Amino acid sequence: MKASLGLRAGLLSLLIFAAIVLVWQIAARPTAVSGPAVDPEYAKLVGAAAATGQKSAMPTPADIGATIWKHLQDPFYVRGSNDKGIGIQLAYSLGRVLLGFFLAAIAAVPLGFLIGMSPLVHRALDPFIQVLKPVSPLAWMPLALYTIKDSAVSSIFVIFICSVWPMLINTAFGVASVRKEWLNVARTLEVGPLRTAFRVILPAAAPTIMTGMRISIGIAWLVIVAAEMLVGGTGIGYFVWNEWNNLSIANIVTAILLIGVVGLLLDQVLARLTKLVTYPE
Amino acid sequence: MTIPARPLISVEGLARRFGNTGPAVFEDIWFGVERGEFCCLIGHSGCGKTTILNVLAGLDAPSGGAVIVDNREIDGPSLDRAVIFQGHALLPWLTVLGNIAFAVASRWPSWDRAKVRAHAMTFIELVGLKGAENKRPAQLSGGMKQRVGIARALSIQPKMLLMDEPFSALDALTRGMLQEEVLRLCNETHQTVFMITHDVDEAILLADKIVLMTNGPGARIAEIVVNTMPRAERHRNDLHRHPQYYAIRNHLVEFLVNRSRNFDAEIAGQGYDPRRLRVVKPGLAAVNPPAEVVSLGLSR
Ligand SMILES: Nc1ncnc2c1ncn2[C@@H]1O[C@H](COP(=O)(O)OP(=O)(O)OP(=O)(O)O)[C@@H](O)[C@H]1O
Ligand SMILES: [Mg+2]
Repeated sequence: MKASLGLRAGLLSLLIFAAIVLVWQIAARPTAVSGPAVDPEYAKLVGAAAATGQKSAMPTPADIGATIWKHLQDPFYVRGSNDKGIGIQLAYSLGRVLLGFFLAAIAAVPLGFLIGMSPLVHRALDPFIQVLKPVSPLAWMPLALYTIKDSAVSSIFVIFICSVWPMLINTAFGVASVRKEWLNVARTLEVGPLRTAFRVILPAAAPTIMTGMRISIGIAWLVIVAAEMLVGGTGIGYFVWNEWNNLSIANIVTAILLIGVVGLLLDQVLARLTKLVTYPE
Repeated sequence: MTIPARPLISVEGLARRFGNTGPAVFEDIWFGVERGEFCCLIGHSGCGKTTILNVLAGLDAPSGGAVIVDNREIDGPSLDRAVIFQGHALLPWLTVLGNIAFAVASRWPSWDRAKVRAHAMTFIELVGLKGAENKRPAQLSGGMKQRVGIARALSIQPKMLLMDEPFSALDALTRGMLQEEVLRLCNETHQTVFMITHDVDEAILLADKIVLMTNGPGARIAEIVVNTMPRAERHRNDLHRHPQYYAIRNHLVEFLVNRSRNFDAEIAGQGYDPRRLRVVKPGLAAVNPPAEVVSLGLSR
């Protein structure tokens, strides 16, 4: 008898995880070799002890485990402006992402509706969208800092800019491709434009719109780390940068794992919401 | 001068062309549908039947001519003219009840939820879908979906029903059942119906009057066939035993197979007036030959 696919996949995952940990543990074990001359530039960066290899700067999986455990014990402590718990840093980042994302949704969904409904507006706005969409959101950062003069607001603006495009494009596409016969049903029932928008077009386009939102929140979570590295102050991106300066690789790896987990959770929430509005045809 | 009494639906000089160049799909089309009458339109694929129905529904604007309903020229869709679409066109995110309630609430916006629901349920029962009211369209069979479409159209209590090949996607058995149901509903409610079909037997079963349309482009209405078989004598299972059946059927098949292609040659010698169509009663030829051919137009 064969075990279920899920069980076998889980076992395989565990196996892969164990292999990675094992290889890592071996690779990162301290070596007492005073190797050949170390690149002085590198030595300056990572500190003399690590560079000469007396103690590897690379933590072992056990170190990481201990660090994660330490962070999880007390994620929300505040000891001065530069020393805050990892939970607080994540909360800052999450707050910025959600705020930027919701502002983008408020702008993108109505505008996308307009573009999807009116070929004229579509044609008129298309050049702007096509030019602005491929711009890296971080390229906006200097402009934002210069005009807004506030680093926190600037990073929210950058989130706004990067999450607006997928939502805008998907909303426009979803609205434009609502089946003609559904619109004809509304027309023959003499349904007014507003009621048609909310009762026919919105539910018809909702799965496409939600897919756009899912893409957006993924991009926003990618971008926030980079944005916070640039502007500093608070947030998980700043935490990573700060720990790089402290050369605490264990903290960085912890942050990487947590960023991954939070990103996964965000994606799952959006996936659930998408499923809620999806209809079988 | 007396103004002739108009039928409930009066198609007057209708033309439709797509694009500015090229031939019209049809031109100078005249016919009428009386109140309480069941009228079928028969013609080959692509001749412009759906285009005519869309104009009647107000979903499409003609390039020329007009449709007069109840002595008013139509200029858009109306709740008075319910449409049963070829592809049922149910909203897939709503349940059966939701789909019908959407129509009912559009018809009577002031009604409260309970009243809308109760009204919708009556029509769900009417088409025999009680128990399935909370299902989504995707969970229904083709025949059930078509019934929901019929219930939705009837629920707004329209003055007339416009149907575009409502049963063509169904298997023969389901089609037969729904045809009988439609016949019963129309007898009960005295609906005025305009229906497009490909199916000669369906037309004979349901229609009081069959409008024959020639092939496009430049399609014409060839003639009007009156179904002289009384409604009460039309039953799906023994239609073929009716003395008039084969005469009517042969006439329609002959039209579809030969005359629809060569109609222009057929009328070349004789006068053809699109406003005064030939009205034929091939069924009577079978019981009382020779054929009684009466020339009647709009002004009858
Ligand atoms: N939107 C359109 N643009 C251009 N041509 C069209 C359009 N709609 C229909 N036509 C043309 O008009 C003609 C009639 O189309 P219509 O859909 O009315 O045919 P039909 O008689 O309903 O055919 P069927 O029985 O296959 O449904 C066809 O030749 C079609 O190519
Ligand atoms: Mg058609």
